[in-house]
Amino acid sequence: MDYVRDFFTNLAHSWTIWLSTWLPPWATNLINYVIIGLVLVMMPVIATLTLTWMERKVVGRIQNRIGPNRVGPWGVFQALADAVKMLIKEDIIPSGADKPVFNLAPILIFFAAALLWAVIPFGPKQVAADLNVAVLYVIAVGSITTISVLMAGFSSDNKYALVGAFRSVAQLLSYEIPMVLSIAAVTLLVGSMRMGTIVEAQTIPFALVLPATFIVYMLSAIAETGRSPFDLLEAESEIVAGFFIEYSGLKFGWFYIAEYGNTLAIAAIAATLFLGGWRGPWVSEVPVLGPLYFALKTVAIVFVIMWIRGTWPRFRIDQMLGLAWKVLVPASLVNLLWLAVVLKLPVPMLLQWVLALGGNLAVLVGALTLLGRSAKRDSARQVLTVRSQPSESA
Amino acid sequence: MLQAVFIVLSLVTLGSAAMVVTSRSLFRSALWLILAFFGIAGIFILLHAEFLAVVQVLIYIGAISTLIIFAIMLSRNAMDVKGQRFNEQWGVVAGFSILLFVILLALLTRVQWHVTAEPVPPDAIARLGGAFVGPYVVPFEVASVLLVVAMIGAIIIARERE
Repeated sequence: MDYVRDFFTNLAHSWTIWLSTWLPPWATNLINYVIIGLVLVMMPVIATLTLTWMERKVVGRIQNRIGPNRVGPWGVFQALADAVKMLIKEDIIPSGADKPVFNLAPILIFFAAALLWAVIPFGPKQVAADLNVAVLYVIAVGSITTISVLMAGFSSDNKYALVGAFRSVAQLLSYEIPMVLSIAAVTLLVGSMRMGTIVEAQTIPFALVLPATFIVYMLSAIAETGRSPFDLLEAESEIVAGFFIEYSGLKFGWFYIAEYGNTLAIAAIAATLFLGGWRGPWVSEVPVLGPLYFALKTVAIVFVIMWIRGTWPRFRIDQMLGLAWKVLVPASLVNLLWLAVVLKLPVPMLLQWVLALGGNLAVLVGALTLLGRSAKRDSARQVLTVRSQPSESA
Repeated sequence: MLQAVFIVLSLVTLGSAAMVVTSRSLFRSALWLILAFFGIAGIFILLHAEFLAVVQVLIYIGAISTLIIFAIMLSRNAMDVKGQRFNEQWGVVAGFSILLFVILLALLTRVQWHVTAEPVPPDAIARLGGAFVGPYVVPFEVASVLLVVAMIGAIIIARERE
């Protein structure tokens, strides 16, 4: 029973002991590192196989359908069937393409999605690389995605791909700034960029201390992964696929896998930064609950992301960039400024957190009021133009 | 072992830097430049400066290279891969490059660098932050003012004329 109580640590421990009975220490270490690396690299693939099924079921239910139900019980093997379909498709390279760059882009984008998992803590002390700059690393890895999007768009030798890449990068760069600012707020509150320290500091989940920051992070993270309602680069129901229009077969699959891997990764990062990661009741007595809580929180966030996809209409590009630059950036700047002032006040920590919460709520109310006013003004203007048009033509 | 990693990283950095200036396609040059930046990030990691490595990737690869590629795509016929390798100004540029190289070489060899064998302290990032707002506050603020000036300039250029 004691073994099960901290199952993952004990399993790793006995595995290492078993290996070291017949292998030198360096080989044991090497094998362990390779196993950890393989598991983390497989995370985006696992995410794709599970999340595509979940997404179809969730969106199906939202749209009053039942979703996939033919392949296996409740259609759980639908993703495998799609994977086989993707594997046996023809690999087409456009004749004008810049071949090495064209082939490198899908590999790089997958690489970026897999690298994110290196700093995510699954449980107490269960993190592949406990970097002391972990949150900065997350943002830096995101910039590899930007580069591979540009590479894919440019090397395809296709005008639509190039325009798609432009729009995609404009979106990625714009939403990187509110994302950095929201993560900076958490870093400021904790005083560390190490993921483990951030989780341990959350006696109250930061989503309850910094609700506005949490919302800004979620919006910009959804935009960074290019999911609905920010999916106008792909807009699968209306236009062609944007920057990866020329890719087919498994190379298209890599972009698909990277998208779902990124979705799960940003959900896991949101759970770590704002929902207390592996923290929960009885974790200190039964550490095996840590990864379970972490997984539950992550899946809950993924569900919310899918819920948003199922119920929200798509933005126009000017609305989307406007939201980033005119709403999210000023709101998070004000928020960050208030937080910096509060943290320097000579009062107990709990009071600081209450003040931070007050500032957050004020920012939230202020932003929503201003947004509502501008929406009202816009709709009034539209009514005016609609009314004035017939008189002009007459 | 460390020596071997350092040699590989240096070769990657220098090799891709050479490709930057010799590649015929501007876009390919930009991609080689990114590889050179990655090599420098690797050297930072080798020196136990993880913060600088991550910032190198974030700023140089995430921001500057992206801007360079944007500029390439917007400023000329982006699909036209074959460009001229030299134009009539190559002599002047070569002269200035050699001058810059000599100045940098003189700096590198003349200056007494502070070298220590001690390990990097665990609070290096906090010390770096402290140094920015402590002894080096003036250069830090001057750099910030420079960036603000550039930003205001960009806004004025981009603003629609009334």
